[in-house]
Amino acid sequence: MTTLEFKHVTKIYNVRGAGQIKALDNVSFTLASHQTIGLVGQSGSGKSTIAKILTQLETHTSGEVLLDGAPIPIRGKGLRKYRQQLRMVFQDPFASLNPYHTIRHHIERPLLLDNVVPRAEVDGEVRRLLERVRLVPGETIDRRPHELSGGQRQRVAIARALASRPSLLIADEPVSMLDVSIRLGVLNLLADLQKEEGLGVLYITHDLATARHFSDDIMVLNQGRVVEHGSADSVILHPQDPYTKSLRDASPDPDKHFAQLQTFTPFQPSVGGAQ
Amino acid sequence: MSNTLLSVRDFSVVYDVDPPVRAVTEVSLDLQRGEIFGLAGESGCGKTTLAYGIQRLLKPPAVITGGEVILHDVSGTDIDINSLDAAQMQSFRWDKISMVFQGAMNALNPVAPIGRQLEDVFIVHRPDLSKKERRTEVSELLEIVKVGAERARSFPHELSGGMRQRVMIAMALALRPQLMIMDEPTTALDVLVQREILKQISTLRHEFGFTVVFITHDLPLLLEISDRIAIMKGGEIVEMGTSEQLWRNPQNDYTKTLLASFPRLTGAKGVVSR
Repeated sequence: MTTLEFKHVTKIYNVRGAGQIKALDNVSFTLASHQTIGLVGQSGSGKSTIAKILTQLETHTSGEVLLDGAPIPIRGKGLRKYRQQLRMVFQDPFASLNPYHTIRHHIERPLLLDNVVPRAEVDGEVRRLLERVRLVPGETIDRRPHELSGGQRQRVAIARALASRPSLLIADEPVSMLDVSIRLGVLNLLADLQKEEGLGVLYITHDLATARHFSDDIMVLNQGRVVEHGSADSVILHPQDPYTKSLRDASPDPDKHFAQLQTFTPFQPSVGGAQ
Repeated sequence: MSNTLLSVRDFSVVYDVDPPVRAVTEVSLDLQRGEIFGLAGESGCGKTTLAYGIQRLLKPPAVITGGEVILHDVSGTDIDINSLDAAQMQSFRWDKISMVFQGAMNALNPVAPIGRQLEDVFIVHRPDLSKKERRTEVSELLEIVKVGAERARSFPHELSGGMRQRVMIAMALALRPQLMIMDEPTTALDVLVQREILKQISTLRHEFGFTVVFITHDLPLLLEISDRIAIMKGGEIVEMGTSEQLWRNPQNDYTKTLLASFPRLTGAKGVVSR
């Protein structure tokens, strides 16, 4: 059981010309293994800043980030060991894989760097990981990213993230760049892996519908502040905060739309222009 | 005058590469005056090729291999788009059919103020207007789309994504076209901004009475805003009907698959294996 805790975390960026920008303002939450949190909010609300601080690509200005009660390491070997437990899947599978290298190389690197398995077992482990993400190792292992579809590439990125056997995973818009009919497949794969491996997942998205279906809890961020945090259904179906409500009401919802539509009237052209 | 604005018959486009790709195959449809017509499908289904093709905006290796596109003009004349020569086509485009392109971020010229870019439309299509009249038109357009006339001297990078998209809509609206084709106009925007822009499109459509072809892969969105929807797959329209028909009673298997691939915001759970 791994628990990651954000305690009153604030992040201030010094922007030339614009002064200080508070990207995160007193944010607190806990992410434990076996748990999924959906992190939603508009562009610029601070979602990615949370991911950057979790992975220590940025350091927080104040507050504490604790792993199992101890402050997370911010440099050196300690940081690498910490990152072994917390991996990330990025939005764009076209940019996050190196076009020069084979799929084997991508998944081998974390295995070798972190000494996850003895050298002799690396090949077997790569194949096992590819099977975990429902890819056929024989058809993919020696290919390069451009030979795979977007969905297959994202599966490779997930396999790579799982290679160091992390207990926590950050998924930053993992399906928004994929074609609609395969989004659900990749999301379901993530959901299965989450259950099977007991992963704690922070699912970052602006898509409220998938956040509701994928997550146990949803946390809503507005201008760097957490405005609502509760079970997925309660946040989406019975939002308390006005900002959450406006997000919910702005999201397409055919169920509600057609329920409100009593009788269907096709558009009648008005006089101006049409006649 | 008939209520049909545009008739497309057996329209086909082939990308003449090796082997040739049939991007659009014998598509027929009629657009009604003032309706919002949704065109949905996945990447590569041919929806953008169809939209470009009916305005003859395609570049080689794309070749229109068959079919006709007739615009039933408000004036009462029928215009066969395939028979127009280059000069006629130049004055036809934007005047009768305009377009809002995918990704307003990249569609605007980064080194010219937006007012000047809007003025270009009038310089080409309304050469009789004086400079002062052009400026007045531009101010009015920026007011209509709620960017504000005072932003005419702003450069694209000084505007937010939503505002840039509004400028694109203003540009498409400039000559009061009868048909506006919108290719993924809100895909890059977040939901709150997206909703504002959609409301605005709807208001403008009622005010000016133009027809909208709205292209997107976001089916839930399309179901809410469209009067009718066509679903494309592999270059063909596999199903066409009112939004409500498609939602309540889809006939085609692919339509059903597409509908099922969107988790429902407030509807039943179960699509994600939790």
